[in-house]
Amino acid sequence: MSATVSQPSPLRRAAQRALANPTTTLGAVIVLLIVLGAVFAPFITPHDPTEQDIISRLQAPSADYWLGTDQFGRDIFSRLLYGARISLVVSLGAIAVSIVIGGIIGMVSGYVGGKFDLIVMQAMDVLLSFPSLILGLIVVALLGPELVNLVIAIALTAIAPFARIARAPTMALKERAFVEAGHALGYSHTRIIFLHILPNILSELMVMGSLWMATAVRVEASLSFIGLGVKPPTPTWGGMTRDGFENILDAPWLAIFPGVAILLLVLGLNMVGDGLRDATDPKLRNE
Amino acid sequence: MIGFILRRLLASIPTLLAVLTLVFIIVRVVPGDPALVILGDQATPEAAAALRARLGLDVPILTQYVRFLGAALTGDIGTSMVSGRPVFEEVGAVLPHTIDLTIASMILGIVVGVPVGIWAALHRNGPIDVAARLLSLIGLSFPVFVSGIFLLIGFALHLRWFPVIGQADLSDMGDRIHKLILPAITLGLVMAAYITRVTRSAMLASLSEDYIRTARAKGVPWRRVVWVHGLRNASLPVVTVVGLYVGILIGNSVLTEIVFNRPGLGKVIVGALNQRDYTMLQGLMVIYCFLIVVVNLITDLLYGVLDPRVKAA
Repeated sequence: MSATVSQPSPLRRAAQRALANPTTTLGAVIVLLIVLGAVFAPFITPHDPTEQDIISRLQAPSADYWLGTDQFGRDIFSRLLYGARISLVVSLGAIAVSIVIGGIIGMVSGYVGGKFDLIVMQAMDVLLSFPSLILGLIVVALLGPELVNLVIAIALTAIAPFARIARAPTMALKERAFVEAGHALGYSHTRIIFLHILPNILSELMVMGSLWMATAVRVEASLSFIGLGVKPPTPTWGGMTRDGFENILDAPWLAIFPGVAILLLVLGLNMVGDGLRDATDPKLRNE
Repeated sequence: MIGFILRRLLASIPTLLAVLTLVFIIVRVVPGDPALVILGDQATPEAAAALRARLGLDVPILTQYVRFLGAALTGDIGTSMVSGRPVFEEVGAVLPHTIDLTIASMILGIVVGVPVGIWAALHRNGPIDVAARLLSLIGLSFPVFVSGIFLLIGFALHLRWFPVIGQADLSDMGDRIHKLILPAITLGLVMAAYITRVTRSAMLASLSEDYIRTARAKGVPWRRVVWVHGLRNASLPVVTVVGLYVGILIGNSVLTEIVFNRPGLGKVIVGALNQRDYTMLQGLMVIYCFLIVVVNLITDLLYGVLDPRVKAA
């Protein structure tokens, strides 16, 4: 476990070291391009993503429709850029929620220790034993396919790993002198956990978060593909792949373009996450 | 060995109980009255009450819980609310397809992943290693429905080597294997990617140990050092990943079955979700979790076989 008080802003140093690796840089560029495309979608897109034009349905890629049109004559390129927004918002939201909840569970569990720790970690193991896609599937199906519910479902599958990653260093840190000093000064447990332990494990949580972003994007796309994503006509990459899959005989590119988009985003995030992890702790490499 | 197996069996009981409890809670926190969901809003209060009684929902929650645990532990996982058939029967009908797919993709993953991982570790930072790392990263990043669709477009629609529809005739072995190839590749690629990465890093760790140097100094042939001394010690993390992968495999099989239109457990669970078949869903989750507990148990037992020190612990 590399993060200690003696290392100022380990995340920034890790990022600098990671970017020295060409694979990580490539990943960062891919992710950055997709984020920019999503943010500036209204200025870039040549067409309205939900505008239907029956006359020009299922068109092959052309100068007017760069990536062709779908079965309703909607522009694929425009829909891809807007679809990136859903992928990014859902996965960022889900990872943020699981970092906060998982982080708190892990820190408190490691800090308190004893039987409490044992029971909490057993519960986390149970949560881990559910296949994440199945758990997400059930939660979204039961709560309804809304953006917020997708965030909840994906967050639920990622809480346990974050609790584990937060717990281990907390157990080591609580034995350190600066925590003991905090006790001696009469600080509350809440203050010690959030002001003295949290800053030391934050970089590990963030690195883990970047790796889990890739998983979150994949799960969101998978749920949308199954038909449990944000409802149409809002474009989602998984939903677009599904539409394309249904027209696979007439227009295979309909499924190929959103599929490639998902692959690129997941790959880019994995490259960045791998690089950050290797840079923060070589022992964890490829585990 | 028998003592070790018994200890592991006993240790898995609390996990199984906890998982069953979680399943019970998940199905119960569904907003709305299941009876009204099934019968519709227009149902008379009498009809709803009768259905609640039939589903066992009219007794206190604690009684429901005890009944559910008792039934699940004695192997009774209920009857589908929609079809009226026992969950076991519905699952049994599609199970051969799922088992075919799971085993085929596991074999593919191991056959590709282990040698490539070793190869990459032996050529650390060389072109082979870089290629293996990049390819495994791409393999990990492919959502299975995307790789499945790509394979379908390439090999079924374009080259026409394989059928587009995946429902195989179970009694015809040739047909069964023919229709298994593309789905098994789809799932096996992800697994091969995981196994390559883990084998590589485990081999790197194992090959830097002292006993490897000792073996070489003794004059043991390099091939034997790698495959016997190195791989045996690198096999624990690999076994762990294969065990963990079963969970991922179960999730991914849902997508693979949709893309290749194959019958299987995944299709059954999506059907149950669409029809709001709560009893079926509960039964399926019990089966899934039971499967995972069993796989964890097998993984544990394999540790004992591979590393005698584990047995003593």
